[in-house]
Amino acid sequence: MDVLFDILGSANFWAAAIRIATPLIFGVLGALICERAGVLNLGIEGIFVAGAMAGWLAVYLGAGLWGGVLIAALAGALFGLLHAFLTVILGLSQHVSGIGITLLATSVSYFTYRTALPDVSSPPRIAAFQPVSIPGLSDLPFFGPALFQQTPLTFLALVFVLLVALVLYRTPLGLAIRAVGDNPASVEAQGLSVVGLRVGAVVAGSALMALGGAFLTMSAFDAFFFGMVNGRGWICIALVVFASWQPGKALLGALLFGAFDAFQIRLQAQIGQVVPGQVFLMMPYLLSIVALIVVARRADYPRALLQPWTKGQRH
Amino acid sequence: MTIRLEPREDAGLGLKIGVSIAAGLVALLLVAIPVLFAGGSPLTAYGLMIQGAFGSMFAFSETLNRATPLILTGLACAVAFRAKLWNIGAEGQLYIGALAAVCVGSGLLQLPPALMIPTVMIAGFLAGGLMMVIPTVIKQRFGADEVVITLLLNFVVILLIQMLVEGPLKDPLSMGWPQSVSLIAEAKLPKLLPRLRMHWGLIVGLVAALVLWLMVRKTVLGFEIRAVGENKAAARFAGIPVDATMLKVALISGGLAGLAGVGEVAGVKGYLSSDLSPGFGYSGIVVAMLAGLSPIGTVIAALFVAAVFVGADSMSRATGISSYIADLVVALSLLCVLVGSFFLRFRVKWERQSVVA
Repeated sequence: MDVLFDILGSANFWAAAIRIATPLIFGVLGALICERAGVLNLGIEGIFVAGAMAGWLAVYLGAGLWGGVLIAALAGALFGLLHAFLTVILGLSQHVSGIGITLLATSVSYFTYRTALPDVSSPPRIAAFQPVSIPGLSDLPFFGPALFQQTPLTFLALVFVLLVALVLYRTPLGLAIRAVGDNPASVEAQGLSVVGLRVGAVVAGSALMALGGAFLTMSAFDAFFFGMVNGRGWICIALVVFASWQPGKALLGALLFGAFDAFQIRLQAQIGQVVPGQVFLMMPYLLSIVALIVVARRADYPRALLQPWTKGQRH
Repeated sequence: MTIRLEPREDAGLGLKIGVSIAAGLVALLLVAIPVLFAGGSPLTAYGLMIQGAFGSMFAFSETLNRATPLILTGLACAVAFRAKLWNIGAEGQLYIGALAAVCVGSGLLQLPPALMIPTVMIAGFLAGGLMMVIPTVIKQRFGADEVVITLLLNFVVILLIQMLVEGPLKDPLSMGWPQSVSLIAEAKLPKLLPRLRMHWGLIVGLVAALVLWLMVRKTVLGFEIRAVGENKAAARFAGIPVDATMLKVALISGGLAGLAGVGEVAGVKGYLSSDLSPGFGYSGIVVAMLAGLSPIGTVIAALFVAAVFVGADSMSRATGISSYIADLVVALSLLCVLVGSFFLRFRVKWERQSVVA
């Protein structure tokens, strides 16, 4: 019990939880936008890799950090556009296209990295984002170091939660996006383009996913490693169900997940001699599976998810 | 001129084969771009790849060796996808099959090869099958999507394997390398030819393809699988036990992936380690799709994918172009065959706009 309170009482733990949650926030928001528009994007895992590699490489080759972020988002958008072309315009299987995008984005990234840096043995580093202080807030006792000493990308992720929530629930565009994933016929009846809305949502969502990857190489670490995404994309696909496709709950889910992960890392330091490390490393995946099982029965899937649309289609 | 799309009733076999071949060729053509980007000559690279995959008896045997697990994971995906059961977990099932082979075949049982090899195979099949039955039961009981669960389980399984080969299964003679104890000689699959790595797992894969082909066409289960895959509600209405059929498919699918793991442990490596498979499970998805989910086609598609990997390795050694070029071909093949499926569903017609008088 003492161990538990020691961990939960340290500002360091909460800071780590938010840090671990950041890529997931980007990823879940991205997946949420795609799925709200009716398109499952299993390309997420590969788009994470592409964002991580493209952002890092851009900075390594001389771009500024924010330039790298932009490049990462563009890389994500590009793969999103391909996924949208295959699934929305041609109406092909979203499962197969998503897996294909993941394989393609991953291999393009690995190939580009190997080709750009053929002879490196240890991954080269960049000067990554550093934590910024928010005047007043960051100096608060406990809450300052726990909540307000993060890198700019973390704050950006939180801004995006607000932004996505505002757009989805407070604008005509958001209404159209939600409708296109629930009842595309109603959108078309209003004279809006189902295809246009879906393509836009998938492209924007994929750009957000890529930012999750960029956070890994440009903020959490300062280098690109093979296999560094390690299933984070798939975890986001599970979390979006857990979050009932709502931005606020997505943030909550990602934070819970980050807290759990930060907790197990600290627990491992305490009792790591008794239990093999892999047991702790399995936790995030098992937790995602459990989360999925718990909510599955009452999950309120967007009704037109996975269903292609042809212009002028009638039921 | 306008383009008109006419839905097709059913695409002919010739067209299906044509689409798959075209997909592979287009994927190969497209990687000319990254080859140029890496400063190589595409023609030289293709030449070296073909030579590396088929240029000698040794090269061809390596291609067949590489195709062996791909046939089995390809079949695993093909049979599941046919029933619209999205098994993306062949990678994990392969490792669990390999794990079962090591558990049974490293000295626990002492039997002559004629009994030992089938025992090891059945253990691997059942273990891999169970690994797919679990997510299928979860899907049926709780409604949780099997795609994400099988994907996530792949990561869990790899960690489990790492834990075991560093712990209870660790070979004390491995000089600190994280690898399991070796299989006893009686449990190992014999080589097909002396001095080459090809082993009897290839025959197992070919027989499995044949059995599956017969099963899909000639048996009640095959009929049920096709019916469930085409329309679950209609199948249920027609009195087909949908849930039971899905569980059988899951067992067969996971089991085939498990057999792939048995083959790698008992036919190639002799021991289990966490780098046993360079993504055979994921490539199996591509193999199955390239094959149009046909068991016989799976064998040919597996040969193609294996040749790409073996050829690219050899090309990479000669030119310094990264061997990730193979992964690019495989990923592009999947997307190309997906685009090709569009032409299987629709007939594209170019029409001169007629002026209505």
